[in-house]
Amino acid sequence: MNIRKLKNKLGIAVLTSSLIITALFLVVFLARIFYKGASVLSWEFLSAPPREAMTAGGIFPALVGTFWLTVSSISIALPLGVLTAIYLTSYGKPRWFVRIVRIAINTLAGVPSIIYGLFGMAIFVNLLRFDVSLLAGAMTLAILALPIIINASEEALRSVPKDFREASLALGATERQTIQRVLLPTAFPNILTGAIISIGRVAGETAPIMFTAATFYSRRLPQTPFDEVMALPYHIYALMTEGTHAAKQVPIAYGTALVLLCLVLSISAVAIYIRYRIRKTRKW
Amino acid sequence: MVREQIKTEKLNLWFGSNHVLHDIDIPIYDKKVTAMIGPSGCGKSTLLRCFNRMNDLIDETRIKGKVLINGEDIYAPKADVTQIRTRVGMVFQKPNPFPKSIFNNVAYGLAIQGKYSKSEIKDRVEKSLKDAWIWDEVKDRLHESAFSLSGGQQQRLCIARALANNPEVLLLDEPTSALDPQSTAKIEELCLVLKNQVTILIVTHNIAQAGRISDFTAFMYLGDLVEFGPTEKLFTVPTDNRTEAYLTGVFG
Repeated sequence: MNIRKLKNKLGIAVLTSSLIITALFLVVFLARIFYKGASVLSWEFLSAPPREAMTAGGIFPALVGTFWLTVSSISIALPLGVLTAIYLTSYGKPRWFVRIVRIAINTLAGVPSIIYGLFGMAIFVNLLRFDVSLLAGAMTLAILALPIIINASEEALRSVPKDFREASLALGATERQTIQRVLLPTAFPNILTGAIISIGRVAGETAPIMFTAATFYSRRLPQTPFDEVMALPYHIYALMTEGTHAAKQVPIAYGTALVLLCLVLSISAVAIYIRYRIRKTRKW
Repeated sequence: MVREQIKTEKLNLWFGSNHVLHDIDIPIYDKKVTAMIGPSGCGKSTLLRCFNRMNDLIDETRIKGKVLINGEDIYAPKADVTQIRTRVGMVFQKPNPFPKSIFNNVAYGLAIQGKYSKSEIKDRVEKSLKDAWIWDEVKDRLHESAFSLSGGQQQRLCIARALANNPEVLLLDEPTSALDPQSTAKIEELCLVLKNQVTILIVTHNIAQAGRISDFTAFMYLGDLVEFGPTEKLFTVPTDNRTEAYLTGVFG
């Protein structure tokens, strides 16, 4: 066997083993969470509040809290992000201003999440007097999701063929009609992708809600946006760091992690399905 | 006597510091086909795009002179660009239907004006598709994607889309250069019929095509309008030797 063929085989072996190692991490990670978490899963675990200092009962308030935090932060960030992306791609003048905005967005994307938490506390909780609340947490998470949504939407809008825009304007459409009737519908599936990614990010974040929205323990569900809430990631953190019954708390933490994972996966699955349906009906 | 529908007066255009059109004076006659020919980069497409102000989309475009449509200067400060573009339709080099249904493609121009009822739109869509000779091929699948059509069909759909606005002028920017010979022949025949209802301006790289379908021909070279006249005359006894050289294939 000559040296070139040997090198080729070696190369493929390196690639294959990298893939296997990566996949192995994921499999072990998922298997462990399923194995440790599945045992505590029950209807009561999903539908009841925690009892006996978090050593028994369920996680229902945390589930509801994370659901509301995610939905409300995305509802704030998605329109803001898409509108910003439209401005950057379609109006974008003057150039220096656009450049500064873009630098700001990319910087925002690189800020550690604990900084978002501190910022949210300073602005929403203290300055605007929202207190520790669903609203303050949702706003903080929305800022975290913004750069992801803006970048994905900008990319999506830019990838719409120029021909479509020209065709629309040549038929006497205004810039606004062109954006609304041609650019946005065409870019929508890719904008949705950005939203899906940010849902995963937002639902799993702990640091930004630590000082702005989350509470260790609450038996009742939030009644207004100004109530503090329990949240799944923060609940895991609490179970692992607080309390004195580690033997009882750790399995509950695994169970909570499993629920969080399934929640994010199912939200993503719905969004991916919607995107798939839209893409199937349009080809170009 | 034919009527001058469009007229340019000392039209000059710059992209940045690049002087693309020099003192163009050209008449376009009502309900006739006018072809614009010339080598690549001579400014013929740019001139075409002056008639519906599509050059406005390019940054740093500067225009001096006048473009009069029915005596009205479309570059006057008070001119309404969207209204001009509904009166002057355009078909592009590459078929560019929207990612929408066949029906919605043709209905688009009417829908955005927001002054037509559903039944009016339906009637106008049907009429436009018939006028563009594509009705029989699509009447049973109006709600399928426009991308299910062949290239030639897509281009006729784009013609139908432009006709739906009932324009006075139709600009065709090399409409057949991306099509096969059969589709090309069909669109050429279509032009000869459409000129009964709309003034047609066509930019083409294909000299023979200009000869087959146009009543008047403009030959452009390096941003100058070198020669303009009835197609028959320009093709048989050109007055400028650059025209003659181009037509006989000395340069292209």
